[in-house]
Amino acid sequence: MRTTRKSSRPRGRTAAVAITAVAALGVSLLAGCSKDSDEPAKAGGSEGDGKGKITLTVGTFGVFGYKQAGLYEEYEKAHPNITIKENVIERNDAYYPQLLTHLAAGSGLSDIQAIEVGNINEIVTTQAAKFEDLSKAEGVEKSNYLDWKWAQASTSDGKTIGLGTDIGPMAICYRTDLFKKAGLPTDRAEVGKLWAGDWSKYLDAGKTYTENAPKGTTFLDSSAGLYQAISNSASERYYDSSGKVIYKTSPSVKEAWDLAMEATTGKMTAKLKLFDKAWDQGFANGRFASLPCPSWMLGYIQEKAGDAGKGKWDVAAAPKPANWGGSFVGVPSAGKNKEEAVKLAAWLTAPAQQAKVFAKQASFPSAPGAYDLPEVKDAKHEYFNNAPIGQIFADAAKSIPTLVIGPKDQQIYTAITDVGILQVEQQGKTPAQGWAAAEKEIDNALDQ
Amino acid sequence: MTAVTAPPSEGGAAPRGGSGRPRDARDERRGRWRSRRYRWDVKAMPYAFVSPFFLFFAAFGLFPLIYTGWSSFYRVELTNLDAREFVGFHNYTRLLEDEFFWNALKNTFTIGVISTVPQLLIALGLAHLLNYKLRGSTFFRVAMLTPYATSVAAATLVFTLMFGTDYGMINWALEHLGFSNHIDWRAGTWSSQIAVSSIVIWRWTGYNTLIYLAAMQAVPHDLYESAALDGASRWQQFRHVTIPMLRPTILFTIVVSTIGATQLFGEPFLFGGPGGEKGGSSHQFQTLGLYLYEQGWTNYHLGRASAIAWAMFLILLLIAAVNGLVARWLRKNHEG
Repeated sequence: MRTTRKSSRPRGRTAAVAITAVAALGVSLLAGCSKDSDEPAKAGGSEGDGKGKITLTVGTFGVFGYKQAGLYEEYEKAHPNITIKENVIERNDAYYPQLLTHLAAGSGLSDIQAIEVGNINEIVTTQAAKFEDLSKAEGVEKSNYLDWKWAQASTSDGKTIGLGTDIGPMAICYRTDLFKKAGLPTDRAEVGKLWAGDWSKYLDAGKTYTENAPKGTTFLDSSAGLYQAISNSASERYYDSSGKVIYKTSPSVKEAWDLAMEATTGKMTAKLKLFDKAWDQGFANGRFASLPCPSWMLGYIQEKAGDAGKGKWDVAAAPKPANWGGSFVGVPSAGKNKEEAVKLAAWLTAPAQQAKVFAKQASFPSAPGAYDLPEVKDAKHEYFNNAPIGQIFADAAKSIPTLVIGPKDQQIYTAITDVGILQVEQQGKTPAQGWAAAEKEIDNALDQ
Repeated sequence: MTAVTAPPSEGGAAPRGGSGRPRDARDERRGRWRSRRYRWDVKAMPYAFVSPFFLFFAAFGLFPLIYTGWSSFYRVELTNLDAREFVGFHNYTRLLEDEFFWNALKNTFTIGVISTVPQLLIALGLAHLLNYKLRGSTFFRVAMLTPYATSVAAATLVFTLMFGTDYGMINWALEHLGFSNHIDWRAGTWSSQIAVSSIVIWRWTGYNTLIYLAAMQAVPHDLYESAALDGASRWQQFRHVTIPMLRPTILFTIVVSTIGATQLFGEPFLFGGPGGEKGGSSHQFQTLGLYLYEQGWTNYHLGRASAIAWAMFLILLLIAAVNGLVARWLRKNHEG
């Protein structure tokens, strides 16, 4: 029976080794998981290495331009004990739900978190307790920011949970070559005069264009962009100031919808969906002659229209000033370096820094103090026929009304544009059918 | 194992010189320990080896399933997870009269049919062809699997460009064939569902082909030989030998494809472009997966989303049961 003994011993050892291995694997995998969920919180907390060094994390979606404009480096140089790390998620529709779950869990948060303007009201009304009050924080001056921007991130009892970064003042981007062929003026001042003060005049120009349109082109890219631009130039849209949903009776929604439908039924649009592949191709192929464009869209147009469009595009003032897009940065209370994070947030959004980001990324400052700085004041966009974009957008920004934003603004907007308008544009439904479908969609989305 | 402790064999096999009594006792103890360890080894090892899967299944499969089920009885929003309000079966009863849900269910079914049926037929045909002696057969077999290895995102992006209205390759080709009107593939109900199905078919046909091919190669060759001797043509061999022999495999692929079709998400989501969870402006290709995503992650109604998830789970169980019955019926029919 020696054989048994002999063979049993090594087998026992292999078994022991195997068990250890499996156990180690399991433990390390599990540890890996728990570490994963802990890590951001830890990074958000103090990562002290004994020398009082602090790592601050900044969570953003898309390109905020801080890194690109060299702001982190500059801040680190001025504060040798601080290192800044940026956690970027490409799109806000992935970023925002994650932010919500992290806030609920109280972990996984960055020291500074960006918030899109479409979500700011929901954050202010439902998550305010989980953010630091920045209104009286060190280094923060209310007068630095546009009033309406400040108001959007403040609760009714005066707590401010986000500092304004960029805004999206709107202009009209247009193709001078196509305008010329259709017999419209091409000089940006004259073009602006064509529709000054009234969106319906913009559509009058659209009629002229459509009658003489160069083959295969349309006046507008989509009704959705037009709808967004018009509805944003009011002070009440989907919610009234008391927080009640009023989109069904809101005059600004009706005006925007009717004009968008006029553009659609008048065959003035290329029937495209915003940010879709086909929309990009439309830029590249010179499919449409104009579109309402917030400042941040200039870079997008330049990228999609490419070299072929250089010098053909220009920028004119929009009929009415309005805002489309923009963001805030807030400091979650669950962070461990709140004090330092607040300081950094205040510094990043101060006029001088916003001007630097504008110079690099064309994200338009929400700090009026930046408008007189040379980076903004003298800014000309080479691609857009050297249009003085700093001037054009600053003029628009100063007279943007304070728009009431509600918690479900994004869902309502998407339902109207992606369901209502697209059904009319792309599926040949009547405007009445389109509106009915949008209403049903909104009711379903708001219903908990 | 008791053999180790049995003194006669021990002593008989190898007498040890000068071994005293205490030593024997220690040996005995050690032996007993060893035998216990061995028994434990045989009994527990399998559990240890399979445990990682079940641990992970518990953490990432079972727990979410139960948690989702629990959540489906509450009104709970992603924006405020702490505020839960118990609503009983409300989320489920509401689904019964939710036209968006029924629409999604219908779409899931139609897309499932127009993607699964052609897919399996093509796979069967391809497998039959690949089963012949071919030059470079390995190349073709590997090539079959490449679509499956491609990421959904990449494949769908290419297909979306091909199905473009103004600049898409398919409309361009149709134009050359004399169809001058461009089809807006995404806007139409059937056109969009066919487009989504084509992506699914492209991705999964090769996968099923290889499964069929593997099963075909297990069919005894003499069956074909005797069939050939009896004068059966290739087609007759395929119908009367291959298909019956492949029946369990076919059933397996049907079950797997049905589960895949019920959970269809990536292809329609990406095909829809920005805001793809709506599945088109009148939800013409919104599947159950997309509706679940829309409720949970765009409208933030986690309770409702959980109810949809469980409804999907129950539908899958139902389908599995029907499949089982059909399988049993087929088997009986076949044997009888």
